Amino acid sequence: MADIITDEMIDYVSILAKLELTPAEKEQAKNDMAKMLDYVDMLNELDTSGTEPMYHVFPVSNVFREDVVVNGDDSEGMLKNAPERKDNFYKVPRTVD
Amino acid sequence: MNKHYETVIGLEVHVELATKTKIFCSCSTAFGGAPNTHTCPVCTGMPGALPVLNKQVVEYALAVGLATNCKINKYSRFDRKNYFYPDNPQNYQISQLYLPICYDGGVEIEAAAGKKIVGIHEIHMEEDAGKLFHDEEGTLIDYNRSGVPLIEIVSEPDMRNADEVIAYLEKLRLIIQYLGASDCKLQEGSMRADVNLSVRRAGAKELGTRTEMKNLNSFKAIMRAIESEEKRQIELIEDGKEVVQETRRWDDGRECSYPMRSKEDAQDYRYFPEPDLAPVIISDEWIERIKGAQPELRDEKRVRYRAEYDIPDYDIDIITSSKKMADIFEETIKLGARPKEVSNWLMVETMRLLKEHECEPENIKFSPQNLAKLIALVEKGSINRTVAKEVFEVMFCENIDPETYVHEHGLGMVSDEGALKEIIEQVIAANPQSVADYCNGKKQALGYLVGQTMRAMKGKADPQLVNKILAERLNV
Amino acid sequence: MSILSLTAVELGRKIKAKEVSVSEAVEAVLAQIETYDKEYNCYISVDREGARTRARKVQKLIDSGELTGQLAGVPMAVKDNICTKGLLTTCGSKILESFVPTYSAQAVLNLENAGAVIIGKTNMDEFAMGSTTETSAFGVTKNPWNTQHVPGGSSGGSCAAVAADECFFALGSDTGGSIRQPASFCGVTGLKPTYGTVSRYGLVAYASSLDQIGPVAKDVTDCAAVLEAIASYDPKDSTSIKRDDYDFALALTEDVKGLRIGIPKDYFTDGLDQNVRAAVQSAARLLEENGAFVEEFDLSLVQYAIPAYYVIASAEAGSNLARFDGVKYAYRSKDSKGLHEMYKKTRSEGFGEEVRRRIMLGSFVLSSGYYDAYYLKALRTRKLIKNEFDKAFEKYDVILAPAAPTTAPRLGESLIDPVKMYLSDIYTVAVNLAGLPAMSVPCGVDLKGLPIGVQLIADCFKEKNIIRAGYSIEQAVSREKCEAARAAESKATEARN
Repeated sequence: MADIITDEMIDYVSILAKLELTPAEKEQAKNDMAKMLDYVDMLNELDTSGTEPMYHVFPVSNVFREDVVVNGDDSEGMLKNAPERKDNFYKVPRTVD
Repeated sequence: MNKHYETVIGLEVHVELATKTKIFCSCSTAFGGAPNTHTCPVCTGMPGALPVLNKQVVEYALAVGLATNCKINKYSRFDRKNYFYPDNPQNYQISQLYLPICYDGGVEIEAAAGKKIVGIHEIHMEEDAGKLFHDEEGTLIDYNRSGVPLIEIVSEPDMRNADEVIAYLEKLRLIIQYLGASDCKLQEGSMRADVNLSVRRAGAKELGTRTEMKNLNSFKAIMRAIESEEKRQIELIEDGKEVVQETRRWDDGRECSYPMRSKEDAQDYRYFPEPDLAPVIISDEWIERIKGAQPELRDEKRVRYRAEYDIPDYDIDIITSSKKMADIFEETIKLGARPKEVSNWLMVETMRLLKEHECEPENIKFSPQNLAKLIALVEKGSINRTVAKEVFEVMFCENIDPETYVHEHGLGMVSDEGALKEIIEQVIAANPQSVADYCNGKKQALGYLVGQTMRAMKGKADPQLVNKILAERLNV
Repeated sequence: MSILSLTAVELGRKIKAKEVSVSEAVEAVLAQIETYDKEYNCYISVDREGARTRARKVQKLIDSGELTGQLAGVPMAVKDNICTKGLLTTCGSKILESFVPTYSAQAVLNLENAGAVIIGKTNMDEFAMGSTTETSAFGVTKNPWNTQHVPGGSSGGSCAAVAADECFFALGSDTGGSIRQPASFCGVTGLKPTYGTVSRYGLVAYASSLDQIGPVAKDVTDCAAVLEAIASYDPKDSTSIKRDDYDFALALTEDVKGLRIGIPKDYFTDGLDQNVRAAVQSAARLLEENGAFVEEFDLSLVQYAIPAYYVIASAEAGSNLARFDGVKYAYRSKDSKGLHEMYKKTRSEGFGEEVRRRIMLGSFVLSSGYYDAYYLKALRTRKLIKNEFDKAFEKYDVILAPAAPTTAPRLGESLIDPVKMYLSDIYTVAVNLAGLPAMSVPCGVDLKGLPIGVQLIADCFKEKNIIRAGYSIEQAVSREKCEAARAAESKATEARN
C-alpha cells in the first residue's frame, strides 16, 4: 500500500495538515510515511471482519449537562494569550479580499 | 425558466436552537454581549478543554425530528469535521456524519403546483461558528456564537422551483416555532438555508452536477439565487461546458454568486467519531416523553379551529401562519372575546400595521389581555370602531391598556341623549338643503347628516344611535 | 536523614508531626534543582516564588487543622502538558512557548485541594510524542543515573525529577507508555490508571481515547497515595468514570498468596535485552516465592498493537493539534501574507519534526479513501486486542511483563529511525488501546547500572491488583538489596579481620 505515497499525495496531505514542507522535508516525509504504512500494512494479516471498531474504551453513553448558564466572562485572561488582538477581538490577517 | 431543463433542489437548513447555554459548555447563548464575553476555554478551543453535551439540545432535536416524521437513531454519535478557518476555534466542528440523531422523514408542502412531500434525509446536531468582522488591516473574531447549538435539516432533492423551496422553509419554520425549539429568524441568522441545486434535461433520470449556495439571508435572496444559479448552470451546459461541484457564496447586492474556496483548501473533512464525547442512546420511553410533551402543531390547530370557531379557512391560515398570532388568538378568546371579532382585529388591523411597520408577527407587542379589553369596550358601546382603531394603533406600538387610554384621553362615547339631540338640532339648522332633500325622498341625505353629527361630536357618538335619533326627528 | 531522601508519604507524615516545615521541604527541593537541574534539565519552568508563597499558605492550613491529607505540604512537579492556571504550559513545544492557561487541570486542582505544592513544570517530548524527551523545544532531559543516557519519554522530565530528588512526586501522562517506560528508565514507580479514572480536563490532548494522567513516584506507596488524590469523577470530562473504590492504599499489603500472574510469552522474544529479561523474570520469581501462582500464556495479538496504536494516535493527534494555528494563543509566525500562509508558517515553524510527522500520518489515514483501510481497520484491531486481554483476565489477576525492551538508550541514538523508535513502545501501547491500568516498578539494574522496571498490568478498575503485586515486589527487592549489602559488608569485615 505504501506506493500510494506519491509527491502529489504528500502535497495533498500537507494542505490538509496546514504544514509547509521544503523539498527536502517532502522527500523525508514521503519516505517516513511509506515506511510507516508498510509497517501498518501488517494489520492486513488480521481478519477483522465482523469486529466492531472500538471508538471508546467503555460503553458509556448519555453523558449530559443541564442547560444552565454557569460560565462568567473570562475573556481578558484568554485574550492575553492571543498573538494579536484588537480591543476584545482576536485578530488575524484578512480572510477575504 | 428554460422548458428544456428541470431544476432539482435540496436544502440544508441550519436552525439555532433556543437553549440558554451552548451545546458543549455552560456559556450563555444570549445575543448582544460584548465581543468574546460569552466564551470559555471550551468554545474558544483552548488546549485541554473538553466538551460536555447539553441535554436540551438532544431534546429539541428529537422534538423537531418527531414533528417532521423522522425515524430516530436509537444510537447516535458525534463526529469531528476537520477544516481550518478562524471562526472555528478548534479547527474542527463537532457535528454528526455517520449516525445523525434523526433520519428518513418528510413534510407535506403546499405550493402553487399543489401538495407534495419533501423528504428529509436527516437531522443532525452540531455547533455554530464564531463571527468574523473585517476591517482594513485584518479580520476580527468574536467567539460569542461559537458553540451555539444548531440542528441541520438536510432535505432530499425533492424541490423543483423557488416556490416549493419557500413553501418548504415556511413549513419548517412553523413547525420549529410551534415547538419552541427556535425563533427561526432568517434575517438574524437563527435560520439559514443553503441551496443545493442542479439542472438536468427535461425527462432525464440522472441528476446533474450540483452546487451549494450559501449566504442566503431572506426569502427574496433565496428566490433570486435560485433563479440566477439555474440560469448560470443552463448556460454552462448550453455552451458545452461542465458544471463544477463547488460551494458558492451569494452576493445579494450584486445579485450574483462566486466560488468560496481557494486552492488552499481540499474539501476533505476527515470525519471521525469524536473521542471526547460519549454516544447518545435514545430509549423508547424518552421518545414517548418528547411526543407527550409536544405542543399542538399548525396542521392540528387548523383542523381544530375549523371545528371550534366560525371563521373562514383563509383567516385560519393567516392566523396559524405564526405561532405568536395563534397564541394571541387563543388567549384573547379565552378572556371572553368572540372568535370572529378577534380574528377581524388580527386579519385586518394587525396585518395592516405589521406591513406598515415592516415587522414580523413574532414581534407583536400588544398582549391578549389588552386586545380583549379593547374588544369589550367596543362591544359595550363605550367606544365606536373609529376610535377603537385609533386606540389599537397606539396599543400596537406600545401595548397600552385601552381602558386607561380611553379614559385619560376622553375618548369614551357620549351616551347622553340630551347632549346628542342638542347637536343634532344644530346640524339640522345648519343644513336646511339636506333636510329638504331627505324629506323629498332622497334617503341618502340622511347619511350626510349623520356624518356631520359625528364630526361635530368628534367621533365620540354611536353612529347607529345618531342615525336613529335623526330619522325619528325628520320623520315627524 | 536528609529531607530529600524521604518519600512523599514519609515527608507528609513529618510535616504533620511538625518535624519538618512545608517551607523547609520546598527550599530543599529548590536547592536541589539549583544544584542539578542545569545538568539534568528536568524542568521547563520552576515557580520559585509561587511555591514559597504557597508553602506558607499550606503550612497555615495544616497548622489550623484544615489540611490533614497525607500529601499536604509535599512539593511536586507537573508535566508541562497539564494545564496550571497562571503558569506557563508549553507541552514542550515552541508553538505554545508563551501559553498561560486561565484554568487548571482537574488532577492539579485535586492535588491542590490535598495541599500539595507545585514546584514547576517538567520537560517532555513535544506534545508527548516521543520516547526519549529529546523532541522537546526546551532541550533534552538527561537521565540522572547516567547523563549520557535518555530518561525515556514522553514523561522524561517528571521521571528524572523524581529520580533526582528534584521533587517528591510528579504527574505524568501516558498515551502509549509515556509514564511506564521513563519510570523504568529512571528507576522510579509510575502508574497509568484505568482510562477515565483521572479526569483529562486540562490535559492537552495528544490522543483523546488513549490519554491518561498518572502518578510518578519514589515507591508504590507514594503512587497509591497520589492516585487516591488525583482520581475523581469529573463532569467536565465526558469520558470520566464514576468509581467507588478510590481507597487504593488498602492494597498496600505484602500478600500475594493465590494471586494469579500471567506472563505473556510474546513479550519475551528476541528483541528483549538479556539483563531486562533476567530482572523481570526474577521479579516474577519473587512473587511466586511469596505464594503467587505464575504461568506463561499466549498474547499473540499484541504484535499488532504498535501499528494499530500509531494509526489511532496519529489520527486523533492530527485533529487535536489542529487548534494550534497562531490565532488564539502563543506562537504566530511573523510577516506572513494572508491567512493560509500564516497557518502554514506558524505550524511548520512551531511544531518539531516528530509532531509534524504524526500530524501528516494522522491527516492521511483519515483522508478520503483511506479511512476504512487504515483508521477503521486499526479500531477493529483494537477491539480484537481488547478481547484478547479480556480473555487473559479471566485467568489472571495480573499480567507481568517488561516495561521496555531495553534500559535507557544513549542520547541521540533513538531519533535516527522513527519506526525503530516506535518499536520500543512494544510492551506498553496495548495497555492504552485496551484502557487498562498498568504500573512500572523498579526490579533491578543492568550491567551498566541503569535501572530496569517490571510492568504489572491488570484488568480495568483493578489497580489494586497491581498495587498489591507491585508493593510485594518492591518490598522483596529492597530486602534482597539489604541482604546483599549486609553480605557485602560482612565480607568486607571478614576480610579486614
